Amino acid sequence: MAATLRSTNKMYGLCFHAARQAAGLKAPRLLQRRAFTVSVSSQQPFDSSLEKPQFPGASAEFVDQLEFIQPNVISGIPVYRVMDRQGNIINPSQDPQLSKETVLNFYQKMTLLNTMDRILYESQRQGRISFYMTNYGEEGTHVGSAAALDPSDMVFGQYREAGVLMYRGFPLDLFMAQCYANADDLGKGRQMPVHYGCKDLNFVTISSPLATQIPQAAGAAYAIKRENRNRAVVCYFGEGAASEGDAHAGFNFSATLECPLIFFCRNNGYAISTPTNEQYRGDGIAARGPGYGMLSIRVDGNDVFAVYNATKEARRRAVAENQPFLIEAMTYRIGHHSTSDDSSAYRSVDEVNYWDKQDHPISRLRHYMMARGWWSEDDERSWRKQSRKTVMEAFERAEKRLKPNPELLFTDVYEEMTPHLSKQRESMWRHMQQYKEHYPLDLYEK
Amino acid sequence: MAAVIRIFIRGANSKLSVSGLGAGVQSSLGAALLKLSPSCNARTKTQRRHASHFTFHPDPVRTQYGPTQKMNLFQSVTSALDNTLASDPTAVIFGEDVAFGGVFRCTVGLRDKYGKDRVFNTPLCEQGIVGFGIGVAVAGATAIAEIQFADYIFPAFDQIVNEAAKYRYRSGNLFDCGNLTIRAPWGCVGHGSLYHSQSPEAFFAHCPGLKIVIPRGPVQAKGLLLSCIADNNPCIFFEPKILYRAAVEQVPVEAYTTPLSQAEVLQEGSDVTLVAWGTQVHVMREVANMAQEKLGLSCELIDLQTILPWDIETVCKSVVKTGRLLISHEAPVTGGFAAEISSTVQEECFLNLEAPITRVCGYDTPFPHIFEPFYIPDKWKCFDAIKRMINY
Repeated sequence: MAATLRSTNKMYGLCFHAARQAAGLKAPRLLQRRAFTVSVSSQQPFDSSLEKPQFPGASAEFVDQLEFIQPNVISGIPVYRVMDRQGNIINPSQDPQLSKETVLNFYQKMTLLNTMDRILYESQRQGRISFYMTNYGEEGTHVGSAAALDPSDMVFGQYREAGVLMYRGFPLDLFMAQCYANADDLGKGRQMPVHYGCKDLNFVTISSPLATQIPQAAGAAYAIKRENRNRAVVCYFGEGAASEGDAHAGFNFSATLECPLIFFCRNNGYAISTPTNEQYRGDGIAARGPGYGMLSIRVDGNDVFAVYNATKEARRRAVAENQPFLIEAMTYRIGHHSTSDDSSAYRSVDEVNYWDKQDHPISRLRHYMMARGWWSEDDERSWRKQSRKTVMEAFERAEKRLKPNPELLFTDVYEEMTPHLSKQRESMWRHMQQYKEHYPLDLYEK
Repeated sequence: MAAVIRIFIRGANSKLSVSGLGAGVQSSLGAALLKLSPSCNARTKTQRRHASHFTFHPDPVRTQYGPTQKMNLFQSVTSALDNTLASDPTAVIFGEDVAFGGVFRCTVGLRDKYGKDRVFNTPLCEQGIVGFGIGVAVAGATAIAEIQFADYIFPAFDQIVNEAAKYRYRSGNLFDCGNLTIRAPWGCVGHGSLYHSQSPEAFFAHCPGLKIVIPRGPVQAKGLLLSCIADNNPCIFFEPKILYRAAVEQVPVEAYTTPLSQAEVLQEGSDVTLVAWGTQVHVMREVANMAQEKLGLSCELIDLQTILPWDIETVCKSVVKTGRLLISHEAPVTGGFAAEISSTVQEECFLNLEAPITRVCGYDTPFPHIFEPFYIPDKWKCFDAIKRMINY
């Protein structure tokens, strides 16, 4: 009986402690039921005279009531936010009070991304590029988190984080070059569009297999920890990718090996056509964190300041304390999964419109800026015109560029060229000599 | 039977404690019961364990790398890892159970010597071990990942094939995991059965971007492992577990490298070329002797050493000379690496061939337990294959 009373004061897992500390919110009356605490116990000598469990695997108290722990999916982990849906600050102590210049930069990066997305999506429809993925509705998750990081922090992404790269300064020309796979592409034309990468900006090249980056991020963070240079690693993934075994591996490794790493989950409601209630049955991704011994928080992903605050604090502590943090940014995927998808097949236009019109990271930030007199309708008009022009100019340049030399088909398989690859390359060119009219050699650099 | 029961009850009052059921450390009850068994003292035919199918032939001593020390295969691996941790401050070794020294003792003493942040256990998760290793490598540190048995490498297949192998190519050489080396015990061990005997090199040979290396003994193991670690491409290093203790050689104490993608001609000959790697090299050595003694044949024996990229030139040069090729490996014959060698050699040396290329390999079954003596490509199967090739 005493055990039951004692535990009503304990919250479900460590994440609530984190939520309370980070958000300054009052402890919500979420759980009256028994919780379990995960305490990292040091080796105590075995003593069976004590009425305390001696198992090496867990050191919780004994209990004599049979009760299954309820996975709390009804109320769940609360969503931290700074602004309401109209862009008004709710609790002034949470306003990061960023400068006008910084906030304008947030806004311009988010809208520039939006403009680039519209143009490149359309260019795929017109057959100019082979494939594209938009970021509609998730711009806040990109810019808010990227702004809270250090430029030297390593980023491992999934595929819907172009705003992070844009925030760091990746030029439009190089975004386009990758999508067009032209001779300016840093990736040498080897991957499908949106598989960006940039060594100078510490953004590891994207790969298509999902969640593979998650244990890699843990390894990179471990190596970075040993360097002792105040760097962190951030790893982005969607709620669908979080179902992969690699996600479990990455979470567990980062916690046991004490890595300075921020896991940033974009929970946007869908994995292509699969809604979250078919993806998981627990309380989203944030609730998994405590299971791994990881500090976790859920934030409003459409609130760029909430994303910023959570990421900033997580980064500070990850580096200071050498432990991973899990941020689940709730948001909504307004666009289709990709140009190969038509989401009207599995969701209603009304649902999409709600998010587009009533809870959009760009509008919320615009309201915040306008309320402070930092932005006007005229500014909006002229910025739209300017950003469209810049994007279109980059687009036209990218269209005209030739593709990379087909020699690049054979390089970088290994660091060095091997004899058998060299032979295969020669055989390809011999074939081109004889059958050149059947190959689009004119489109490629010589 | 009655005698057994009497002794059991009597024993309950003395040292044999019934309450300590199966108390592992001093299970005198188990030993006492065994002694009572009539078949205990005279081991019958069915109880004798089958003798080893090969004899290890040590390499001659290398004098050019400085002082040497008698080491078995696992000790030569430890030596290579020791050299690496000493000279490369970024190097880290990780995997299941490596901290206490490893289930095959390859990492004994390294944690105490170099620290727990450099030699550490990971959770039990191969996809995590390799994924983590890729990340360490991408961040610029030297990553040496251990997979406890090659049979358990498959959860990491996606990370190895889709990620590690393609990292440099897909990023346009912006990023790479050349600093990654994966080590795993490999091959038959006498009793390993399905999941402690596999030779999975063929699965990975199909993956451009990887290097796959298999040593035949301690001297080769150290030199090749150090080459893998130094190589700027992701490497998989398979260690023949049956040789961990059985193979003993004089191994240089200092670091040295043995070049990758270079096959070694161990014995020159003119009548037939024998190609093998790992443990099978020693089987083939005996086969070459048998062929000489019983058939008067001169065999050229080649240890391939690197499976990918493999040394096409050395093998083809040999077959041009001899006109006959026998390739042997424990892995199942269909889709095994012998098929790749066979196909390439017939393309390059078709007109030089006196007989069809022969492969003596494992059968197309999972690796069996009690049937291992029948399954493996032993010296009699290889000898017989040579006989048939000569009489073609």
